[in-house]
Amino acid sequence: MSMFDIGNSPDYTAYLALSVILFMIGTMGFLLRKNTIVMFMCVELMLNAVNLALVAFGRELGHAGGQIFVFFVLVVAAAEVMVGLAILVAIYRRRLRVSADDLSNLSG
Amino acid sequence: MNIHAAADIPTSPADYSAIAPELAMLGTGLVLLLMIALKRFKNDSWYAAIAAFGTLFSAGWAIALWNAVESGEVGDDHVRFAFSGMVVADGFGAFLSVLICLAVLLGILLSDVYLRHENAGKAEYYILLLFSAAGMQFMVISNNLVMMFISLELLSVCLYILSAWHRDRSDSQEAGLKYLLLGAFSSAFLLYGIAFLYGATGTTNLVGFEQYFAENVLFSSGMVLLGMVLVVVGLCFKVAAVPFHMWAPDVYQGAPMPVVAFMAAGAKVAGFAGLWRVLEVGLSAYELDWQPLLWAIAAITMLVGSVLAIVQTDVKRMMAYSSIAHAGFILTGLVAANEEGVRGALFYLVAYTIMVMGAFAVISLVARRGEQDTSLEDYRGLSRREPLLAGILAFLLFAMAGIPGTSGFVAKFAVFGGLAGAERWVLIVVGTLASVLSAFFYLRLVVYMFMEGLPLEAKTPTLSRLPVPGVSAVVLAVTVFFTLQLGVLPEGLLDIAGRATLFAG
Amino acid sequence: MGDYLGIVVMAVLALSFVGVSLGVSALLAPKRPTPEKLDAYECGIVSDQESVERFPVQFYLVAMIFIAFDVEIIFLYPWAVRMRALELFGFFEMALFVVVLLIAYAYILREGVLDWAPKRTLDRETLMQGFRVEADRAKAALSEQDRGRKSEAA
Repeated sequence: MSMFDIGNSPDYTAYLALSVILFMIGTMGFLLRKNTIVMFMCVELMLNAVNLALVAFGRELGHAGGQIFVFFVLVVAAAEVMVGLAILVAIYRRRLRVSADDLSNLSG
Repeated sequence: MNIHAAADIPTSPADYSAIAPELAMLGTGLVLLLMIALKRFKNDSWYAAIAAFGTLFSAGWAIALWNAVESGEVGDDHVRFAFSGMVVADGFGAFLSVLICLAVLLGILLSDVYLRHENAGKAEYYILLLFSAAGMQFMVISNNLVMMFISLELLSVCLYILSAWHRDRSDSQEAGLKYLLLGAFSSAFLLYGIAFLYGATGTTNLVGFEQYFAENVLFSSGMVLLGMVLVVVGLCFKVAAVPFHMWAPDVYQGAPMPVVAFMAAGAKVAGFAGLWRVLEVGLSAYELDWQPLLWAIAAITMLVGSVLAIVQTDVKRMMAYSSIAHAGFILTGLVAANEEGVRGALFYLVAYTIMVMGAFAVISLVARRGEQDTSLEDYRGLSRREPLLAGILAFLLFAMAGIPGTSGFVAKFAVFGGLAGAERWVLIVVGTLASVLSAFFYLRLVVYMFMEGLPLEAKTPTLSRLPVPGVSAVVLAVTVFFTLQLGVLPEGLLDIAGRATLFAG
Repeated sequence: MGDYLGIVVMAVLALSFVGVSLGVSALLAPKRPTPEKLDAYECGIVSDQESVERFPVQFYLVAMIFIAFDVEIIFLYPWAVRMRALELFGFFEMALFVVVLLIAYAYILREGVLDWAPKRTLDRETLMQGFRVEADRAKAALSEQDRGRKSEAA
């Protein structure tokens, strides 16, 4: 058996474990980082963890549904990021800073 | 191998009548987009009028769908699945579709006044409002988690932009960004939950879940439970239930008033509809697992919302916590998980939509240009200056507090009746306690308006009379009328809501 | 209750990871905050100024619109693979999808998002003036050449 044998590809739980780790990293990053753009990137990381899980499940189930769902997730993520960047640009033009700490007009 | 073989794809005939209200809403939005692209009206109110007309059209389709469901035309058991089970035509969806149309109509009227007043008008505003409403309508009829996710995102992304709409107030942009960041964060949780449910059952169709759990005995349901918890967390974020409510006060304070009113009403309707469909249709086999979860969320949501509202000094923030508390009361109807409880929750959603629209109509008139006067102090002695406006606001606040004779009382009574039927006595006690606490801060605002004198260092300009545009007067008249009418004669709506509870029969 | 074990284990692991990492850094790290340290981390370079002050917003708009249209194309691929199997129904659904995108495109065009440069105003008068200047210049060049030839001949 060579190491390139496709029959030896890892169990889908390995992909699932990777997905959980990615999701955790994204969550921690979102909660701990201050730069808004980095926070966006963390949300993207979480969504990609979801995509990985969906594809892994779809393959395990022998089912195209998971992969099709990934398409929708990608499109929605792109739309969210676009809106986020648009609002960020608007804020940046007013204040010239985009750190979450600077967004403190509203607090309570 | 021929990959173009036709045989293996089931092509069910497209059943456009099942999504006619949503198509009307989206179509109106697209028509407005084309109109902006081709030629412009000078006056934005024209766009508002077209949007309102499209909403009426959508409501007409939704009512027609309701009648078809009632008369049994849609199929056996008053339910018909369309687009390969992606959406479902039933009484629950049609009822909430009409409610969303009502929220959009009142929202358009409020927005027209507000945007002209604030000089922030652009026709695109109404397009976003309509698309967001279409997302809500799709959410209440979706029978598939993929569909539910996309509708939720459609409604949320439009609301993010609307929250950041006011270019001259940096608070508004800040609110939009915060809403977007936390909304995207919660979407990720919802999606992860959907992924786990898909992995456990091999489908994303809610009826498919039901069948799967009926036919299979799971060796371990850890993945289902994990998925269920994540989905509940994601949806509770959207309806601002504690402990996932952190975004609500900031967004409510910063976003433009009509958007806040629309968001408070519409996003709640969509969120609760999604939650109820997932739990009752998809995960009814796990009722014993999700009921304690919802029980805890409902109890702390009512208490925390009511307690934190007491310490607020800004009326918009106070309304945010009030909205959180109301979310808790509506959740109790789902905890009861019986026909009376869900009927109460549906009635509550209607009553709350009407009350919150009316309250924000007054608040936005009192706040004046730039949303300056929103602190409690600005309401001191309002009854001297504006007896009628103060009286209307007081009436709506009484309704929110649940004083008998108003729709708020009937709504609370109805959900608690459901809880009594399910013998959830502790939650009734918690809910009554929260009602009493919340009555305190509503009444405090009333006291500020009626009992207190004018502030000593009264700003002279604020003593001038507030102009009340005709459109606002219409909104106020409608909301006061229905709040009173549903408080005195609730049987009609309760009966209709009782037939839309998703329980067969 | 055994079903919940996985969730509990995951929650405990996640919480303890947060607790341990935050706790250790709180205990061990010396605290000497300066404004630079509290600032957002930008690849280790102390930000003595905000990045480039003026930047063309046009670029952002076009980039965002590119992303939107680029990503939407993803939905055409599954349809393209199964086009024949989906028959006319699939075709009309995709046509509807493309029409919706086209309406958005018309709106973008109309709003002038894709106009990179400021518009050139080419009315008839300036055009003719431009021609006249060019013609004068050409005439001058020709007569210069003529003079040169004449002087050569002489």
